[in-house]
Amino acid sequence: MPQAAHTTATQEPEDSGAVQELLTFTLGAEEYAIDILKVQEIRGYDAVTTIANAPSFIKGVINLRGTIVPIVDLRIKFSVGVAEYTPFTVVIILNIAGRVVGMVVDAVSDVIALKPEQIRPAPDFASSVDTAYIMGLGALGERMLIVVDIERLMLSSEMALVDEAAA
Amino acid sequence: MAIDMSQFYQVFFEEAAEHLASMEALLLSIDPVAPDPEDVNALFRAAHSIKGSSGTFGFQDMMEVTHILETMLDRVRKGEAPLTDDMVDASLVAGDVLKNLLAAHRGEDEADRPAAEAICHRLEGLCRALDVPRQAARAEPVASPLSSMQPELLRQSAGFDLLFTLVGDVGGERDAFADLLSELRQLGTVDVLEAPTPGERHCHLRIVTAVDADALRGILDFVAEATSLRIEPLAAGAGDDEAYGFFEDIPEPVRADEWRSSDDAYGFFEPLPASESGRGVAEEAYGFFDEQEVASLLARQQAAEPYGFFTELPVLDAESPVQAVQETAYGLFEPLPVMAEATSPEPVEVRAAEGAPAPAIVAPSPAARKPSARAASAGDSGSIRVSVEKVDQMINLVGELVITQAMLTQAAVNVDPVICERLINGLAQLERNTRDLQESVMSIRMMPISVVFSRFPRVVRDLSHKLGKQVELKTIGESTEMDKSLVERITDPLTHLVRNSLDHGLETPEKRRAAGKSETGTITLSAYHQSGNIVIEVGDDGAGLNRARILAKARERGMAVSDAMSDQEVWQLIMEPGFSTADQVTEVSGRGVGMDVVKKNISAMGGRIELDSMAGIGTRITVRLPLTLAILDGMSVGVGPETYIIPLGYVMESMQPERGMMKSVSGVERLIQVRGEYLPVVCLHEVFRIPAAITDWSKGIMVVLEADGQSAALFIDQLIGQHQVVIKSLEANYRRVQGIAGATIMGDGRVALILDVPMLVGMARRVLPAAA
Repeated sequence: MPQAAHTTATQEPEDSGAVQELLTFTLGAEEYAIDILKVQEIRGYDAVTTIANAPSFIKGVINLRGTIVPIVDLRIKFSVGVAEYTPFTVVIILNIAGRVVGMVVDAVSDVIALKPEQIRPAPDFASSVDTAYIMGLGALGERMLIVVDIERLMLSSEMALVDEAAA
Repeated sequence: MAIDMSQFYQVFFEEAAEHLASMEALLLSIDPVAPDPEDVNALFRAAHSIKGSSGTFGFQDMMEVTHILETMLDRVRKGEAPLTDDMVDASLVAGDVLKNLLAAHRGEDEADRPAAEAICHRLEGLCRALDVPRQAARAEPVASPLSSMQPELLRQSAGFDLLFTLVGDVGGERDAFADLLSELRQLGTVDVLEAPTPGERHCHLRIVTAVDADALRGILDFVAEATSLRIEPLAAGAGDDEAYGFFEDIPEPVRADEWRSSDDAYGFFEPLPASESGRGVAEEAYGFFDEQEVASLLARQQAAEPYGFFTELPVLDAESPVQAVQETAYGLFEPLPVMAEATSPEPVEVRAAEGAPAPAIVAPSPAARKPSARAASAGDSGSIRVSVEKVDQMINLVGELVITQAMLTQAAVNVDPVICERLINGLAQLERNTRDLQESVMSIRMMPISVVFSRFPRVVRDLSHKLGKQVELKTIGESTEMDKSLVERITDPLTHLVRNSLDHGLETPEKRRAAGKSETGTITLSAYHQSGNIVIEVGDDGAGLNRARILAKARERGMAVSDAMSDQEVWQLIMEPGFSTADQVTEVSGRGVGMDVVKKNISAMGGRIELDSMAGIGTRITVRLPLTLAILDGMSVGVGPETYIIPLGYVMESMQPERGMMKSVSGVERLIQVRGEYLPVVCLHEVFRIPAAITDWSKGIMVVLEADGQSAALFIDQLIGQHQVVIKSLEANYRRVQGIAGATIMGDGRVALILDVPMLVGMARRVLPAAA
């Protein structure tokens, strides 16, 4: 990813000991970041098979090379942006605790590296996202990134992706 | 020799478990009054094999137990002692102890040392009891004090010829030799046949000892030239073990040179004497050892990793020369008696040879040997061990192939059959081949249900003793095959059912007599295939279920019951959690946990359980399971924009309803009349809240489904087709969804959900009162 290399080179000092690499994506006008190690692949949005009686943000399941993968629309879950599906709509396939989950986002921006001191704790505030799942706010020049603990979010009971017993 | 043995452990574990299982089966079938000599031999062989391999792999505890067991069985085998009930019991207990030790070595269980010691003492006691009359009658020599711990080992197979050249640079050769002698004499009795002289450093010793060739090698390595050392199991040392004379025929001088030049072979590749029959055996059984080069190569490997890779060589005949080679080699070649026998084309002949008296065995006739060699080679190629993981991976891949093939077929629907004739022919052939491939791959996982059934004789035997009941167990259809994963998962529920039948179903002998039945009750286990299902029945000829008592108990527990309930419904009550009609809690059952768990387990496997009972005649529990968990025949149906799969096994019929067929209850049309029967209707689009579905009865389709003995009609938009689908788990990445049993991938790559029919039918029953 040349873009990622570029970003790292210009904005990061040489010390890379505790640097965390994050994948950033946009939901509406907001920028989010997640740990890149949790990302398996990025693909376009295909037709899904809807699941009966599932919450609205669970779009359904797709066939990912023989595996049945549920698709979550974070725009609906976080109530940001407009949940429309265009040829440019992107699905980030995550691999979390051995489970494969896809999430629909508006666009994937780039891969950045942040040092711990660049991630500020998020103040408690009311939002559709429980602040418990926000690891912090990343400052990158003018940009503010919302760093999400994606593993905790996806395995949480409110995402309804895992059985109660397993969660 | 410092090679990691753990890579062979798995093979050992599997084989030991197999031997233990066959031992148990034999013990249970054996008649102590008139034991079949072949069975006793097979028992002995199993014990011997376990002893040999556990010794090799350093599992001392297992070796000790099997050793004593083997000692006892050997007596019986040789006709020196009669087989008694006590021996059978002790052997069974020993088998259990060995299983426990095996599990402990696998790291699955705690080793029960006291039990192991207790059984050792018990077996030793039995052996000693045999010794008394035997010595009085025959005054046979008793084993030397040194070997008092393991007399049998010493007596049986512990003679060695040690041939080596003393290492040159040891100062004062005589001294080194004397040291060596004193060391060896601590291990056993040593005869010096050829002592080294200053000019000639070659030595020839004969030792009778309890340690094995490896240990001897360890000692001799220090003083002997590495290339000269040769440890040769000695037949004569084994005194009364008749088969060993064989080795003495070896033309010694020639062989000795040959083997000295061919490195540190152990001597058990020894080409057999050049008599014609002997050669025949050697060639047929071990053909590849013939070439000296190969032999020495093997010998070197052998030295590095002792014996591991020979373990599969099945050698049938305990008394045959081939086996003699084995015995002197400490049973390091694992015979697989059961397998080999199963594949042996002429087992009877082999047995005849085995059963022959000792003199005949010393000089076996060519005719008697040939079949054993043939059987050995047949067993060799009979089966391979493959990890389940690999098979599963293959099944998954074939599943993908089936999907791809379906995708291609669908893509070719629109091409012009005239222009693309070859393409279409090719696709048709691909479809056939894929299906064949799928079938054969699926059959790899199939196992006969005898694997499960074989454990029940033991369960029944132990339990009937404990309960003081006389029980005969009949098994029917043991060769019925089912998926391995099902076999594993059905074992516990079935065990529970059998125990239940024994404890609750069958009466005590007194009661049976009073009821005019034979005192011995019968439990029948049967398995058969029926329309894509495997049906397993556990039947007993006991007292049957007591309807009144079940109803009373249910009322006591505050369940909603009425006398008008059908028998079927009443029987189903006993599968409610916590339900037990037993008057008292026994060790065996009666705590009321059980039937509900059984039912849960079986429905988790996609199966059903049914009960039939008649007072005084007996009870029959029928378990229906799908043949496999991985593939299912399904009917695809459309509702609105969605496609669903209904497992074909549940579908009774489908029809287009006419206006008059729909009947309403309290103003809501919720019943359909099908041939005089009123069935509740489930609308799939309502259950799954699917928009844009057909709501007009006369435009859609009714599919009549039957599950758990109940019927319902499912209302859908259209029938699409019938497919074999590969079941994919929805829960792997998502979670359980009400009304959905799983998912599959259709020909076009899309996901279709498989309906959970029993749940939908149950839903119809539950929803009905609410809607009405």
